[in-house]
Amino acid sequence: MNPTSLVGKLAASKPGKALRTRLENVNKDKLSTTLLLAPYVLLFTLFIVVPVAAAIGLSFTYFNGIQAPEFARMFGLYNYVMILTQDEVFLRYVLPNTLKYAIITGPGGYVLSFLMAWMLSQIQSKPRKWLALALYTPSMLGGVLIGVIFRTLFSGDKSGYINAALINLGLVNTPIDFLQSGDYLMGIMLFVTLWSSMGIGFLSMLAGILNINKEMYEAAYIDGIKNRMQEIFYITIPSMKPQMLFGAVMAIVGAFNAGGIGVALSGSNPTPQYAGQLIVNHIDDYGFIRYEMGYAAALSVILLGVILLFSRVAYRLFGERD
Amino acid sequence: MMASFLGTQINPKRFHPSQIKFYLFLIPVGLFMILPVFYVVGQAFKPLSELFLFPPRFIVSNPTLDNFARLFRTASGTGVPMTRYLFNSLIITTLTIVLTLIITLATGYALSKKKFRLKKTIFQINQTALMFVATAVAIPRYLVVTGLGLTNSFAAHIIPYLAMPVGLFLVKQFIDQVPDELIEAAKIDGANDWHILTKIIGPLVKPALATVAILSFQMIWNTTESSNIYVIDETKKTFAFYMSTLTNSTAGPAGAGIAAAAGLVMFLPNLAIFIIMQGNVMDTMSHSGIK
Repeated sequence: MNPTSLVGKLAASKPGKALRTRLENVNKDKLSTTLLLAPYVLLFTLFIVVPVAAAIGLSFTYFNGIQAPEFARMFGLYNYVMILTQDEVFLRYVLPNTLKYAIITGPGGYVLSFLMAWMLSQIQSKPRKWLALALYTPSMLGGVLIGVIFRTLFSGDKSGYINAALINLGLVNTPIDFLQSGDYLMGIMLFVTLWSSMGIGFLSMLAGILNINKEMYEAAYIDGIKNRMQEIFYITIPSMKPQMLFGAVMAIVGAFNAGGIGVALSGSNPTPQYAGQLIVNHIDDYGFIRYEMGYAAALSVILLGVILLFSRVAYRLFGERD
Repeated sequence: MMASFLGTQINPKRFHPSQIKFYLFLIPVGLFMILPVFYVVGQAFKPLSELFLFPPRFIVSNPTLDNFARLFRTASGTGVPMTRYLFNSLIITTLTIVLTLIITLATGYALSKKKFRLKKTIFQINQTALMFVATAVAIPRYLVVTGLGLTNSFAAHIIPYLAMPVGLFLVKQFIDQVPDELIEAAKIDGANDWHILTKIIGPLVKPALATVAILSFQMIWNTTESSNIYVIDETKKTFAFYMSTLTNSTAGPAGAGIAAAAGLVMFLPNLAIFIIMQGNVMDTMSHSGIK
């Protein structure tokens, strides 16, 4: 064979073939990536994106779940106007209750989780493991079981543990109907939620504290840090900002997710004298009991807005500056 | 001199008297946290005579399995036996966990190691969705479930819960720790994505998968939402739902005993799984930070 033609052939065919297989590989890779992503993206869109979008859309309509939604009066803002001006239950009970509940159990539960995690980090690993398990246990009970436990503990007759104890100690003469009373229900809800607030965010912060490089502390003490308080604010928290942020987001979500607790404890929606009525219960009341779904959707949008606001604060505090 | 650095006491190897104050605080708090759990255990093993006792006593004197026996014999008002609900819950929970793990692992791998245009956007959206509160949009979710024709089927218990933003977030962060070279080397040896996922990434990120399994388990095993809203057929409802009806209808101490027994059946799998996997969870949490 003629050597020059062979060289020519090689020059012509090899890069072409290599390029073609590379292109084929790129296409294969693209297809594979799409297949890997598709199920999650599809499910995420259907059950998270679409519901949020639908809530926003429906909030501008009158919709009773049977007839097609109608665009609401006042340029679609009717529901919002009604909520903010006419809904006495919302303005007098639901909004103040929700804010009180969210502020105490969100940031409160968060600070509590951090303090507990920090203290756990100061002891040896074996006992730490068991104590962390004890603190985490309430968060894995779930709403139903928590309802069972606290409904019998706070039972309104003298067979309830708390009432029996109070009577034994001579503090009260007749049992208090804790869960049906407007005076006590919110307090019990706050207690139960804080008790069960040490969940995944707490574990994240514990891991974060344990992973901080010890040399950071040594350097800080050489630089003149004097006590544990300064240590926490100048070293610990700044060194674990990502975990602090994750913990904060989990605390916020936890606080709003646990909103059904008042209904679980009292056994009725609306809760007695609206004492434990939170925005989540108000949504259920309008959506699933009265079938005013447009109105309920507007309430949902307000709730999502409040959650977003809380999260913005958390990102402002702990997020890395862009 | 070195010992005077207070900071070196984080994660101490040895006991030091300075730790006593933490124990003095943490041990009572820890006991207080699990007190209600002890209470359920006590209730569950109490015979009727002790459940009716006044004043109520925390400690059981004659423990018995009566409550469990009665629980397993009970049936709902519509005649569906309790064991049916438990069976449903087991099937639904298992399927949900398996599917969640597969979907989350595949997506986490793509988001961590592949190059494509929307990569950053998808991750950002998922990160925003960490604060998604499903109960806030229960109604539109119900409309989606109805629109897809899932109502009244087993799928209604499973499909709406498969996309778990926290799970994807944790798995993706964990896969980020796997060196790219490992995957490149496997590719040169001719491995495709399936091999890389099952032979390399999967085994390496087991702790994160264990964590996602736990989170998914806790959500599905404990939820009553799907039974309350999506499913009408009583024979397709879950154990958590059955338990919530127990506490609503059966008033009085006898009911409380059965409810406590059911509570333990709910809680023990949770506890067992978490204790087995606690180390894995803590491993995963080391990479859980949001940047």
